[in-house]
Amino acid sequence: MAAVAAEERDLRPWILLSPALTTITLLLAIPTCFVVVYSFWLRTAAGGEQVGFYLDNWIEVLTDQFYRDILFQTFRIAAITTVLCALMGYLPAYFIAFSKMRNKAFLLLLLMLPFWVSYIIRTMSWINILGVSGAVNYVLTSLGIVSEPIQMLYNETTVVLGLIHFLLPFMVLNIYVSLEGIDPNLVDAARSLGSTPFQAFREVTLPLSLPGLAAGGLLCFVLGGGTYITPLILGGPTDAMFANLIYEAIIIQLNWPLGSALSIVLLVVLGAVVLLYNRFLGLGQIRKGFG
Amino acid sequence: MAQQANAVELHNTVKRFGEFTAVHSMSLNVTDGSFVTFVGPSGCGKTTTLRMIAGLENATAGDILIRGQRVNDIPIHKRNLGLVFQNYALFPHKTIFENVAFGLKYRNVDKQTIARRVREALQLVQLPHVEDRLPRQLSGGQQQRIALARAIVIQPDVLLLDEPLSALDANLREEMRVELKRIQRELGIATIFVTHDQAEALAMSDRVVVMSNGFIEQEGTPEEVYNEPASEFVANFLGISNLMSGSVEDASADTVKIAVEGGPHLLAHPREGRGKHKGDRARLAVRAEKVFLAEQHAADDDSVIIDGTIDAVDYQGQAARYFVTAGNLSWQAVNPIDRHPFHEGQAVKLRIRAQDVVLLDPARSGNGAEQAG
Repeated sequence: MAAVAAEERDLRPWILLSPALTTITLLLAIPTCFVVVYSFWLRTAAGGEQVGFYLDNWIEVLTDQFYRDILFQTFRIAAITTVLCALMGYLPAYFIAFSKMRNKAFLLLLLMLPFWVSYIIRTMSWINILGVSGAVNYVLTSLGIVSEPIQMLYNETTVVLGLIHFLLPFMVLNIYVSLEGIDPNLVDAARSLGSTPFQAFREVTLPLSLPGLAAGGLLCFVLGGGTYITPLILGGPTDAMFANLIYEAIIIQLNWPLGSALSIVLLVVLGAVVLLYNRFLGLGQIRKGFG
Repeated sequence: MAQQANAVELHNTVKRFGEFTAVHSMSLNVTDGSFVTFVGPSGCGKTTTLRMIAGLENATAGDILIRGQRVNDIPIHKRNLGLVFQNYALFPHKTIFENVAFGLKYRNVDKQTIARRVREALQLVQLPHVEDRLPRQLSGGQQQRIALARAIVIQPDVLLLDEPLSALDANLREEMRVELKRIQRELGIATIFVTHDQAEALAMSDRVVVMSNGFIEQEGTPEEVYNEPASEFVANFLGISNLMSGSVEDASADTVKIAVEGGPHLLAHPREGRGKHKGDRARLAVRAEKVFLAEQHAADDDSVIIDGTIDAVDYQGQAARYFVTAGNLSWQAVNPIDRHPFHEGQAVKLRIRAQDVVLLDPARSGNGAEQAG
């Protein structure tokens, strides 16, 4: 039976998928192959590229402690951001999901509102808030609490702050979706069996919303781990993340072969995180999160 | 036996949602060990009432008593109730054992006792070997049994069932009906059952509370509400009734005679004529299965025989539902089939016995009548 079915395989799904597959192939798969090829080229002292098969970039990237340190720093910042997003995102998600307000859709719209403003502008806005001549320092100096403006920007804390600002909506949306899918009767049932509101939350609501937390966590981690704009705008000289190295190599030094090798490292590392996640938690929840 | 205590009492309980009154001043007693059914169309207030007893809704006014104690201000988790939902509401991430044991965790019961009581509860619902499975691995009927086990294992004061059979298919529903009743009898636990299904209400209950638009239309044993509907709504909601208007011609001690508008004179049982006088307006109901059709009826003093013609036949196997025209009136008659049903266009005689003619309380007859069907 199965063999017959396989022989008479229906081609219609593939035909329907073909536009998407073509787009992904042309815009993602082929360029990635180019990047792989690039990474084996060499940048000459004159500034041009020498075509060939050189392992120099790879030896540099894989052996230099500097790159490993930055990669570790990237993971740390992304992880801290993810945990803080989860802690800060749960409450608003819970509120929206279980709000009896009729304008739930409006609350969700508010959540999406930041996406209407460019991510760069949103990040830059922190300079006007926390900068030396920013709002906070203005208030503090006007009130005489401090005599000199404090330098609050350009450290790891502000990088995390900027990343939270960027990533929190993704976390909230994912948690919201999983909370929204929980049958309210389950909480009522738990309550009727003798659990307090908090016990019912711990026994029923929280475990059932874990897939959403996990999905939101993965998104925050991957997006956070791959960003370079936030550290560029809000970080100090030592707060670079891995994507900043790629930016440096390609945009500043015009060293495309090295930048390519670095890109592939980041792609493989973050890809491995996704695969590990999928192995242990499943990605079905993330698909739901986008739906 | 000890004096019949009340498991649940409602005293003038009211529930309003904003401007809308879902339950109007409702008073009711549920005696210990009895099976009481709230039945009515959707939106009649039956589920809201159940949720107020459960503590899932706060009563706007009036008192709710469980075992003589006022519980209005007692939160749900301290009320010791067993609650079963239409959609089972089993915890999907917990095994069957963990589901059933859930309520015992909060009752200071040691581990061995929990295991024993869970086993007993699963035996009672006839699903002894599923402890390690997850709810989604069970069928709907099995899940509802587990939900029942989870509700009764805590030995609740009252069992509250919110349309527990509605999600099951027809055969399973009837099986579960018998099963549920057996378990309830075995445990002797006061039970409030909410349904919109009149057959369930009549089959399972010790007492039926028929509700409509937030009011109790009638409360009584299944036989009382079925045979002596207090209102037009009840007459129509439970089974099929022929409803007519008329005026009282004669209301003496041994006979009541009513002139039906556009139709014949009908005799009614003397008990129906109490407090009635000649000339009074009357609404009357005759159950469809009490309209006996035949080609010929022998005349007797307690019956009225009318000529009619069969308009349509709704064949149901063991019985048939006939639509009959007699004079200006249309009748419905449900009769068992003796070999062949009557056919369309056939002339028949309708026999209406005095004992089957019910005079409805005119004060209540308007209420909810638009929902009849």
